[in-house]
Amino acid sequence: MDTAMIEARDLKRTYKAKGKSIEAVRGVDLSVRAGEIVGFLGPNGAGKTTTLKMLCTLLEPTGGTAVVAGHDLRGDPVGVRRAIGYVSQAGSTAPEARAGEEIVSHAKLYGIDPKTAEARARKLLADLDLADVWDRNCGSLSGGQRRRLDIVMGLIHEPKLVFLDEPSTGLDPQSRANLWTHIRKLRDEMGTTVFITTHYMDEADSLSDRILIIDQGKIVAEGTPAELKKRVSGDTITLTLRRAEDAVEAAGVAGMLPGADVPVADGHIVRFHVPDGGSALPVLLAEFTKAGIEAIGVEVNRPTLDDVFLTLTGRSLRE
Amino acid sequence: MTFFSDTWTVFTRAMRLSLRQPMWVAIGVLQPILYLTLFGPLLVPLANAPGFPPGDAWTVFVPGLLVQLGIFGGAFVGFGIIAEWRSGVIDRELVSPASRTALITGRVLRDVVVLVVQAIILIVCALFFGLRVPVGAAVLGIIMIGLLGAAFSYFSYSAGLAMKSEDAFAPLVNMVSLPILLLSGILLPMSLAPQWLQLLSDVNPFKHIVNAVRALFRGEVGTFEVGLGLMLALILIALGAWAGKRVFELQTK
Ligand SMILES: Nc1ncnc2c1ncn2[C@@H]1O[C@H](COP(=O)(O)OP(=O)(O)OP(=O)(O)O)[C@@H](O)[C@H]1O
Ligand SMILES: [Mg+2]
Repeated sequence: MDTAMIEARDLKRTYKAKGKSIEAVRGVDLSVRAGEIVGFLGPNGAGKTTTLKMLCTLLEPTGGTAVVAGHDLRGDPVGVRRAIGYVSQAGSTAPEARAGEEIVSHAKLYGIDPKTAEARARKLLADLDLADVWDRNCGSLSGGQRRRLDIVMGLIHEPKLVFLDEPSTGLDPQSRANLWTHIRKLRDEMGTTVFITTHYMDEADSLSDRILIIDQGKIVAEGTPAELKKRVSGDTITLTLRRAEDAVEAAGVAGMLPGADVPVADGHIVRFHVPDGGSALPVLLAEFTKAGIEAIGVEVNRPTLDDVFLTLTGRSLRE
Repeated sequence: MTFFSDTWTVFTRAMRLSLRQPMWVAIGVLQPILYLTLFGPLLVPLANAPGFPPGDAWTVFVPGLLVQLGIFGGAFVGFGIIAEWRSGVIDRELVSPASRTALITGRVLRDVVVLVVQAIILIVCALFFGLRVPVGAAVLGIIMIGLLGAAFSYFSYSAGLAMKSEDAFAPLVNMVSLPILLLSGILLPMSLAPQWLQLLSDVNPFKHIVNAVRALFRGEVGTFEVGLGLMLALILIALGAWAGKRVFELQTK
C-alpha cells in the first residue's frame, strides 16, 4: 500500500492585497502516501493554511500542480472534494444553529442520508467526548467543544484523506490526548491519511509518521521525527561540578570526546553537544575520574522538535 | 445532478435557522403594515386626481408596498452571508462537492418563502382596509413579488460575499435601493410625476414590475404590462443567479 495520496509540485500562491503582493507559498513540493499521518509545522505566517486551502480546492494556486486523492486539483476539483475532509483553522458552524442539525446538514451535501449521518455523528461526538451537545446551539459551546465539533464535521463523510488545520488549538490536555487517540484510530482502522498542522511539538512528535517543516513559504526540512532530531546538534549534556576551577578543566576533557562541539563553561556548569549522549557519558565520567574532576550532576537531554525548529528557522515554536 | 438535492439541503438548513428567529420575519412585515395604516388613508382622496392610474387607492398602493417588501426583504440578506462567511460556514460548504449555484439558491429560496409569507400577511391586512382583489390575481401578484425578491436576494448575497464587510455593504444597499424605490412609483404612482422624472423611471425595470403587479390587481392578466414585468423579473433572476454563481466561484481566487 504505497499509493500516493498527495503529490504536489512547485505549488505557489501569491496574495494580492491593497496593491501589494504577498508570496505566501513559494514553490512547495510534497508527497504523502496513503495511510500516513503527516505533521505540517511552521511558524505563524509560514504558509501552512494557504497550502492546505490550495490542496482542499478552496484557493487556486498561482502556480504549480497537485494531484490529491487521485484527482487533479485543477482538472477535477469536485473529485478532490468528494475524497477529502477539511477542518479549517477558522471554525465551521453558525452560532445560532444546533450542533446535531449542523452536522447532518453538512453530511447531506456529501449525499449521505440523514439516518446514517445521525448515527455516525452520534458515534463521533461520543468518541470526542461531546455526547451531550446534539441539541445545543453551536454558539453556546465552549471554544474547545466547538473545535471538536468542527473536527466531527470534517470527518462525518469518512474521507480517505483529512486535512486538519490546528485541530487541537484551545483543547485541554485531556481532549488533546483523546484527539490523538482518535486520529491514530482513524488511520489504523480505516486507513485514513491525515495531514495535520499544529504548533504543539509534542503533538507532532507523537502523532506524525513524517514531518514537513515549512518556513516563509518553502519546505525547509522533512523526515520522521527521529530523523529530524538527528539533524540537529545531537544530545545536550549538562554537567554540574563541585568547583568552578573544575569546570574549565572538564570543558577541556569533554571537548576531546568524538563528535563533541566546543563545550561552554559557565560557573559550575558545562554544557556541550554530542551525537549520542548515552554512549558518551560513561567514557566521559571515566576520564573525569582519571583527571580527578568531581561532577555532582549530569543531565542528558535528547533534542526536541523545538530544537530542530530553532536550528532550521531561527525561531522557536514555544509559546 | 446534485443541484436539486443540494439546494434542498441548503434551503432546509437556512429555513430552520430563520424559523428560530421569528422576530425578524415579524419586523420585516411590520414596516409595510405601518405604511398601510399611517400612509394609505392619505391616498384615498387622491385616487380621483388627474394622472392617478386606474383602480382605487388600495389596488394602486398595495402592489407598491409588496414590491417594497420584495426589494427590502431581498436587499439586506447580504448581511447574513457576511456573518456566515465569518463563522466559516461558507468555506465548509465550498469544500464539499455541493454545487456552487445550489449553495446560493438554497438561501435565496428561504428568502422567497419568508417574503411570500410576509406578502400574504400584508394582503390579508389590506383586505380589512378595503382592498378588493380577485384571488387569482393576488396569487399571480405574489408570485411576481417572489421572483423580484429572489433576484434581489441573489444580488445581495453576491455583493455581500464579494465585499465581506458590513461597513462597505450597508452604504451600498442604501445607495442602490433608495433610488430604485423612489423611481418605481411605489408610494405615489409615477404617472403623477413631471415628464423628466417619468423618463428617468422608464429605464428602471422595477417600475415596470410595480406596474405589472398593479395591472394584475386590477384583474388584467394577459396584458403587455404584465408580460413586460414578468419578463424583466425573470431576466433579473437570471442575472442574479449568474452573479451569485460567479461570486461563489471567485471565492477560490
Ligand atoms: N487572504 C489573504 N490575503 C492576503 N494575505 C494573506 C491572506 N491569507 C494569508 N495571507 C498571508 O500569507 C502568509 C501565509 O499565511 P498562512 O495563513 O498560510 O500562514 P500559516 O502558516 O497558516 O500561519 P498560522 O500559524 O498563523 O496559522 C501570511 O503572511 C499571511 O499574512
Ligand atoms: Mg494557519
